[in-house]
Amino acid sequence: METAKVKKLPSRTVTIEVFVVVAIALIFMFVLPPILTSLGQGFRVSLLGRFLALAIAGLAIDLIWGYTGLLSLGHGVFFGLGGYAFAMHLKLQFEPGTEVQLPSFMPLYGVTELPWFWQPFYSFPFTIVAVMMIPAIFGAIIGYLIFRNRIRGVYFSILTQALTIIFFNFFNGQQKLINGTNGLTDFQTLFGARVTAPETQQVFYLLTIVCLVLTYALCRWLTSGRFGRLLVAIRDDEPRVRFTGYNPTGFKVFVFAISAALAGIAGALYTPQTGIISPKAMDIAFSIEMVIWVAVGGRASLVGAVLGTLIVNFAKSLLSEQFPQIWLFFQGGLFLVIVMVLPNGLVGWLREQGWELWQQLMGKRTLSTYPALELEGELDLEIDHEHPGD
Amino acid sequence: MNILEIKNLTVSFDGFKALNQLNFSMEKGELRTIIGPNGAGKTTFLDTITGKVKPTSGQVRFKGRDLRSYSESEIACMGVGRKFQTPRVYLNLTPRENLELASNKQKNLWGTLFFQPSVVERRSVEELLGVIGLQRKADWKSGLLSHGEKQWLEIGMLVAQSPDLLLVDEPVAGLTDEDTERTGNLLVSLANEHSIIVIEHDMEFVRQIAQKVTVLHQGSVLCEGTIDEVQSNPQVIEVYLGAQEEDHAESD
Repeated sequence: METAKVKKLPSRTVTIEVFVVVAIALIFMFVLPPILTSLGQGFRVSLLGRFLALAIAGLAIDLIWGYTGLLSLGHGVFFGLGGYAFAMHLKLQFEPGTEVQLPSFMPLYGVTELPWFWQPFYSFPFTIVAVMMIPAIFGAIIGYLIFRNRIRGVYFSILTQALTIIFFNFFNGQQKLINGTNGLTDFQTLFGARVTAPETQQVFYLLTIVCLVLTYALCRWLTSGRFGRLLVAIRDDEPRVRFTGYNPTGFKVFVFAISAALAGIAGALYTPQTGIISPKAMDIAFSIEMVIWVAVGGRASLVGAVLGTLIVNFAKSLLSEQFPQIWLFFQGGLFLVIVMVLPNGLVGWLREQGWELWQQLMGKRTLSTYPALELEGELDLEIDHEHPGD
Repeated sequence: MNILEIKNLTVSFDGFKALNQLNFSMEKGELRTIIGPNGAGKTTFLDTITGKVKPTSGQVRFKGRDLRSYSESEIACMGVGRKFQTPRVYLNLTPRENLELASNKQKNLWGTLFFQPSVVERRSVEELLGVIGLQRKADWKSGLLSHGEKQWLEIGMLVAQSPDLLLVDEPVAGLTDEDTERTGNLLVSLANEHSIIVIEHDMEFVRQIAQKVTVLHQGSVLCEGTIDEVQSNPQVIEVYLGAQEEDHAESD
């Protein structure tokens, strides 16, 4: 499968990781859907497809927040841009012999000619490039202006949040151009196949998993190696990075653009599976939700970002089926619990306390405090064996 | 040619002159110690050389080039390395990774993204780990190191950058006597190949390493000379050493 990208590093652990990731991906692709369908839970497959698309956005947030320390509260904008780009292509599919070659909502508002910026979206290749490049270019411009002026921390977060408000209002107001508050919906065909047909949806489902695996591989490559260490260094002590001779601006702009592009892909995959993209995707709440997924799963852990996205979204759908009123309270509570009890998320907890707990359960001796390492010669020796000084 | 040449440097923050008409010059290969009471402008002095603070007037010339128009990272790439007062290493990275980041020759996006450390770089990192005594802990998280080890790691990062001028801010603050002496020896041995400015409070340590001492007071150079000359200068005794003795008397 496409994860072969990472195989370049000739390390055994990498091979194992590729194997595990591909295996999980194949299970999600071909084993899980029939099982769920046979249990009469077929609609869960379509939910899963959407959530896996959201997981790509989760990875995007993890890259920019977990690794680089930039808390973006505006990724909904990039998600929306990607979603709109793809939806525009879908709205330009017409049945043969249709007289008015216009997206269905336009005649309602008296638009008789296709606006200029819709024209290129007739082309499928252009749309695919646009899904990634529009958010990326936009992210790069915004990022450059923000980072060049050394705006950091909470000020960066506030700026990105302001961005969502601007976009939300702008998209809401453009009734004639992009159907305003209703958004783009009622998709008909793609390459002649009905968008809503189960077969087409299955293709989107498989495509989403492939994209998620590719995204995971990309993020894994970016965050390992020297570049990834530099991201962590920027996160932990940016001024120090400058005095070491790196100019962080370029690195941050680059990561922000990549992250924006990934959010755009997520939006483009999510849109045909839900059947709608509306300005709600650029709502502040949605952007904050993305951050919550990653916080729950574990910052600076790619697996955590994916896991967190799936857990929170399934919890959301299960809870809102049973108690429609309760979800928002639950989400707020969840965030509080995570911040106070599991500041490093589920994966962070598993890495630290979880491991100790496991050893305790297995009756193994545990290290109580760090100094014990230095005092006990035996342990010191072990460490030496692990990392011979050559 | 002097490696560092500072002329009539004034830095003012909202009217307060942290540095006032300061003149300073230093030859290549020199190990210079700067002392001065709190608020004398020592840290601002380093901030100005490294580009963190821009001069209000006057100029700083490094290897003949006026540094005014360069950013911190550009100045660092020209060959000015800086160690901070409290050790600032990347706590979530290992000492080896810290050193590798510092020793990277191509500090642009492209070089960092697509090139892994070369064999030469790896070897020099390994050597450095030996010099700073962290070979055994090379793959621990740096957050687990002791204060002294972090100080040494940061000095190692400085050296890995292979700068021409090292600025070292209070390298022995909070170290044991033994570590202090080792740090002193390390700095003296580094002085063979680099020009070094050390800012320090610890007079015994200054005596150990100092060849030439500059005393700062209220943003200007008060006097310059050997440690003995400086310590016997009546003005210096009044503003600095005298004050310190009083401190000692109080604490006794």
